[in-house]
Amino acid sequence: MLKTFSLGGIHPPENKFSAGKKIEVLPVPAQVAVPIAQHIGAPAIPVVAKGDVVKVGTLLAKSVGFVSTNIHSPVSGSLLKIDDVLDSSGYRKSTIIIKVEGDEWEESIDRSTQLKKEITASSEEIIKTIANAGIVGLGGATFPSHVKLSVPPGKTCDILIINAVECEPYLTADHQLMLEKGHEIMVGTQIFMKALKVDKAIIAIENNKQDAIKHLQSLSSAYPGISIEPLKVQYPQGGEKQLIDACIKRQIPSGKLPIEVGTVVQNVGTTVAVYEAVQKNKPLFERVVTVTGKSMTKPSNFLARIGTPISSLIEAAGGLPEDTGKIVGGGPMMGKALVNTDIPITKGSSGILIIKNEESKRKPVQNCIRCGKCITVCPMGLEPYLLMTVSDKAMYDIAEERRIMDCIECGSCSYTCPSSRPLLDYIRLGKGKVGQIMRSRTK
Amino acid sequence: MNTLTISPSPHIHSGDSVKKNMYGVVIALVPALLISFYNFGLGAFVVTATAVISCMLFEHLIQVYLMKQQTTIWDGSAMITGLLLAFNIPSNLPIFIIVIGALVSIGIGKMSFGGLGNNPFNPALVGRVFLLISFPVQMTSWPAPNVLPFTYTDVITSATPLSVMKEAIASGELPTNVLDQIPSYRDMFLGLQGGSAGEMAGIAILLGLGFMLFRKIVTWHIPTAVIASVFVFTGILHYTNPMMYAPPMFHILSGGLFLGAVFMATDYSSSPMSKKGGIIFGIGIGVITVAIRVFGAYPEGISFAILIMNAFVPLIDKYIKPKRFGEKPAFAK
Repeated sequence: MLKTFSLGGIHPPENKFSAGKKIEVLPVPAQVAVPIAQHIGAPAIPVVAKGDVVKVGTLLAKSVGFVSTNIHSPVSGSLLKIDDVLDSSGYRKSTIIIKVEGDEWEESIDRSTQLKKEITASSEEIIKTIANAGIVGLGGATFPSHVKLSVPPGKTCDILIINAVECEPYLTADHQLMLEKGHEIMVGTQIFMKALKVDKAIIAIENNKQDAIKHLQSLSSAYPGISIEPLKVQYPQGGEKQLIDACIKRQIPSGKLPIEVGTVVQNVGTTVAVYEAVQKNKPLFERVVTVTGKSMTKPSNFLARIGTPISSLIEAAGGLPEDTGKIVGGGPMMGKALVNTDIPITKGSSGILIIKNEESKRKPVQNCIRCGKCITVCPMGLEPYLLMTVSDKAMYDIAEERRIMDCIECGSCSYTCPSSRPLLDYIRLGKGKVGQIMRSRTK
Repeated sequence: MNTLTISPSPHIHSGDSVKKNMYGVVIALVPALLISFYNFGLGAFVVTATAVISCMLFEHLIQVYLMKQQTTIWDGSAMITGLLLAFNIPSNLPIFIIVIGALVSIGIGKMSFGGLGNNPFNPALVGRVFLLISFPVQMTSWPAPNVLPFTYTDVITSATPLSVMKEAIASGELPTNVLDQIPSYRDMFLGLQGGSAGEMAGIAILLGLGFMLFRKIVTWHIPTAVIASVFVFTGILHYTNPMMYAPPMFHILSGGLFLGAVFMATDYSSSPMSKKGGIIFGIGIGVITVAIRVFGAYPEGISFAILIMNAFVPLIDKYIKPKRFGEKPAFAK
C-alpha cells in the first residue's frame, strides 16, 4: 500500500497532456515586465532607475527585512520605466519594464552545464547565497526559501522533505524537471541537507510519475541519505501539511509551521534553483512553466525568463484557441484566473492553463442537500458547509471556533459539492474577517 | 476571443450533481420495487404510481404557486419521497389515502421547511406516520403476497411476522415456537413475508445499498450502526431471557428494518453531516426501534425511531465535530 495523507482528499482527472514533453528554452521576448513583489512578504525596493543598462542576473530590487527577497534582471537591456502593471492577482503592482538588447549575462554566473557535485559552502554561506539569489518556493506559494532554512532557536529539524508530488492536474513542469535535471535535484537536496544540518531527506513523488520515480531511484544510490518515496495519487498531497503527514506521519498542530514537527519542506523546482545558485552562482530569473489545456494544439513545458508575457508562451504552445473562456495562472485547483494575456511570468508561475469557454463557467448554485461530501473530502477535517454559512451570516466567533483559519484553500469542497455551492469563496471571505479580528485582539 | 471569465479557484468541478445523487437512489430502489411488483402485482404498481405522481405534482404546485419559485421536481428528490412512501404502506391502500399521505409528506414534511435540503424530518416518514395514526385499520391490513396478482383490493390479508410475534408473546407463547408459524429467515430475506410493499426483501435492499456505496451516494456508517445496534440490543435481551424475547436474527430480517436503515435513515437532509455523528444517529435509531418493538404498543418502531432521531440531528451536528487535522498527538521524539 502506498502512503498518502490521512484525512479527505480527491482525485480529479489528471489530464497531464504535456507529460513527457521536453523542456524547451523559450526565446527571450522583446520586452519584459518584472514585478517587485513576486513573493510572500515585503516587496523588494528597486535599486535601478530609468535608463540604467542591466545584464542578465543584475540585481534590480533589494529585499527589505527578513521575509522578503531580491529580484534580479532576467534579460540584458535598458530600463524603460518603473510602472504599475496588472499582475496575476488582478491588481496593479509596481513593475520594472526592461527593453531587451542582446543576451549578455553577468560574468559571475557559471554558464557551463557540467555537474558540480562537491558542496564547498558552509551552512551559513548556503543560506546567505539562497537569500541573495532571490529564491522562493517555486511550487506556487513563493515563500522565501532562506526563511524556511533558518531554523528558529529552540526548534530542531531531523528530516528534509522535497515536494515533487505535483498533485495539481494538468501541470508537468516538476515532472519534466525530474527527468531532465535528476543530478541537479540530488545535489540541490544535499545542499538543503547541509544548510539544515540533517542527514535524511525524502523526495516525495506521486505514483503517476513512474519514470521520474525510477530515474531518481537509480541516481539516489550515489547520494547517501536521500530516499525516494512514491505516494498514492491524491489531491492536495502537495500541501505542506498533507505531504508531511503522508511521508512521515507527523501532523502539524493548528496554526503552526512544519518546523514544529521537526521537518522542512522544499519544492523540487526550488531544489534545482538552489543548486544553480549555490554551485553556479546563478540567481533566480527563469523557471519551467507548463502551458496546457484541453484545447491547446501543442501542450508544452518551457524554460521561460521571469517577466515574459504569457502571450509569448501561449503563442509558442500553438496559440490561443478561438473558444478560450478562461486563462488560469497555475493549476486548475488553486491557480488564479488571469485578466489578460499581457500578465508576466513570475517566480510563482508553475503553469498556464487554457480553459474552453463551455468549461469556464460555474454551474448554477442549488440548495445544500446536506450530503456531507464536503466534510468527507476536506483534508483538514473541517466542515465547509458550516463555514460557508457562518461566513455568510457574519458569525465569525463560530467560524473561528470551527477552525476556519486551518483551511488551506485547496478547493476540494467546491470541486466536490453536488449542488455546485461556492464553498471556498465564502470560506475565504470568512478567513479574511476572522484573521482581522484575531489580529486586532493581539494588538 | 471571448471575454475571459474571472472567478476564484477551483476552476474545475467533479461533475457531481443533485440529480446524479437522487437518481442514483432511485436506481438503488429498483430491486425492491421489482420484488414488490412480483409479490403484489397491480396493487404495488397502482400504489407506487399514485404516490410518485402525487408527490411530484404537489411539489410542483406548492413550489410554483405558493413559493413562486422555479420547479425542481425533476431533481429526483420528490420521486424518491414518493417511492419511499409507497414502500411503506400496504399495497391495497385506498387511493385517496395515498394522495393524503403524499400531500402531508411533501407539503408538511418538505416544502413547509423550504424544500430540498431543509427538511428536518424524513418527508416519506412524516407522511407514513400521519397515515398510520389517522387510518390505523387500513394501514395495518396487508394483502398476502402472491405471484403477480392482478387485483387491487385483496380480501385475504396477512399479518406481518412482527405482529404475529408480538401477539404470541403477549399471550404467553415461547418466541422460539412462534418461529415455526412464520416464514423462515431465508424466506424473509428473499421477501416472502407479509408487510408493506417495499420493505419485504432484505436482499433487494442490500443490493440497492451496494449500488449506493459503489456510487458513493451514501457511506456505510448509518445503515451499519442501525442494523448492528438492533442485533446487539435484541441479542442481549434474547440471551438473558429467551422465554420473553425473540432472537436477534428475527428482528433484523423482519419488518422495515433494512428499508429504514438503508433508505430512510440515510436521507441527506435529515441525517447528521459527519460520519461519527452518523454512527451515533444510527445507534439511537436501533435502540429506539427495539424499545418500541419489544416494550411499546406497536409491533414495528423503525419509522418512529428515525423521526425521533431526526429531531436530534441539529444537536448531533453541533456537538460531534469531525476529526480535525493535527489533533492527534503529533510528534513524540
